[in-house]
Amino acid sequence: MMNKISIKDLNLYYGNGANHALHGINLDIPARQVTALIGPSGCGKSTLLRCLNRMNDLIEGVKIDGLVTLDEQDIYQNVDVASLRIKVGMVFQKANPFPMSIYDNIAYGLRAQGVTDKKTLNEVVERSLRSAALWDEVKDRLKSPAFGLSGGQQQRLCIARTIAMEPDVILMDEPTSALDPIATKKIEDLIQTLKQKYTIVIVTHSMQQARRISDRTAFFLMGDLVEHNNTNILFSTPADDRTRGYVNGDFG
Amino acid sequence: MSYTLTRARKIQDTAAKALIWLGASLTVGFLLWILWYILSNGLAHVNWEFVSSDYTSIGEASGIWPMIVSTIYMVLASIGVAAPIGIMTAIYLTEYAKPGSKLVKVIRFCTESLAGIPSIIFGLFGLTFFVGVLGLGFSVLSGALTLSILILPVIIRTTEEALMAVPQSYREGSYGLGAPKIYTITRLILPSAMPGIVTSIVLSIGRIIGESAPVFLTAGMVARIPESLMDSGRTLTVHLYKLTQELYTIHEWNQAYATATVLIVVVLVINTITKLIASRFNKATY
Repeated sequence: MMNKISIKDLNLYYGNGANHALHGINLDIPARQVTALIGPSGCGKSTLLRCLNRMNDLIEGVKIDGLVTLDEQDIYQNVDVASLRIKVGMVFQKANPFPMSIYDNIAYGLRAQGVTDKKTLNEVVERSLRSAALWDEVKDRLKSPAFGLSGGQQQRLCIARTIAMEPDVILMDEPTSALDPIATKKIEDLIQTLKQKYTIVIVTHSMQQARRISDRTAFFLMGDLVEHNNTNILFSTPADDRTRGYVNGDFG
Repeated sequence: MSYTLTRARKIQDTAAKALIWLGASLTVGFLLWILWYILSNGLAHVNWEFVSSDYTSIGEASGIWPMIVSTIYMVLASIGVAAPIGIMTAIYLTEYAKPGSKLVKVIRFCTESLAGIPSIIFGLFGLTFFVGVLGLGFSVLSGALTLSILILPVIIRTTEEALMAVPQSYREGSYGLGAPKIYTITRLILPSAMPGIVTSIVLSIGRIIGESAPVFLTAGMVARIPESLMDSGRTLTVHLYKLTQELYTIHEWNQAYATATVLIVVVLVINTITKLIASRFNKATY
């Protein structure tokens, strides 16, 4: 099986070294599968996710050592951050559509790369919205503000916006934590479709969600990667006592 | 046991409520009183001829058209200089500078100090530097440069607040899509902050219109339409100041009140426009 992303001995420090947040993480993320990162709040799962598209670069005082490769290429050496983030798209915890129309939201990333051709943009907007299972709901109001959509629709809009850049990997940081069960179900179904084309890494608070949608699961605790395995194995026969305690609901 | 308010607590409550109402009604009351006072004295003497005719000090003509034009020039020139500098400084402070860096602290200290300096000192500086050293003379340009230093802190501060109020999630979303920084700023952050930026400019316009001392010290008091930026000009407020220096006849009093009426109407119009712009931006985006 081919690994899309490979993480080796990754350490991360906040506040110029004051807070050691990730301790020597080693993790391989296979292509075209869903990898779930689980663990209690503050365990470092979101921090690790944000290492994969270098979103942590935006935070002052973050220091990283170790190796993260995408297609065997070190993403912290000789890589243009913008093109990395196009390849590794991200969907955030709270849907964050821009204050513009639905159409302009989807076209934003392409326009930022200098694409102005109307025909291309129209095609990409339609294709992305279809892939995000949103087209039928919004095709008659592409020019109306994105804030008029419901929370679940907004999150699917953000997924469509990411897909529009034709990434290889989609990172999702608790994408359904602010949504009701029906909207959550739609996003989970969408993730199952998307994994045929994209490598998906999802941070989730919900163990049930990890069980439902992921192929592999990694369990984090206080900055350590405790255990990672096929999702079924990790939940049925965890090797580590701490994992067993967490998946049985003893803590967290 | 049941809880009922004690008599003392009830009196306290009533007294507090009365004080709050008193404060609120005094604020509104004073505004209405001043408005009524100025308008009732001035409105009768404002007519098209007053607004559109020339002015001579010896009294053949006593209109305010040259002052209106000078005021407009002064506003355009000052904003033209201060807005780009102020907005770019604010963008630097919020989007580029490391938070808490030395340079940020220095810029912040400078803008705060500038904001606290009495405006006549800017006038004195403008008189020495722009009028004298740079040899710009008493001109609209000298006045506008002086006023632009005066309004710079307002523009920087208000724009900075507007930029900081743009949700961090917009920036993350944009950078997460691989959008370049300058694209993110010009296409996403600035448009989102536009109501705040417009407000800062309108507040500055109010300040420019309202200043007198730094204006006549640098732009002079010539009551003619300036033919260029290098000509002297008399703004409405300076004109009112000049009129109040020599109030001998009832005619001169009327002129002063009429000028004050025009000034007040202009300020009210500007405030209304600000509100409209802000609400239109809000509707367009949210």
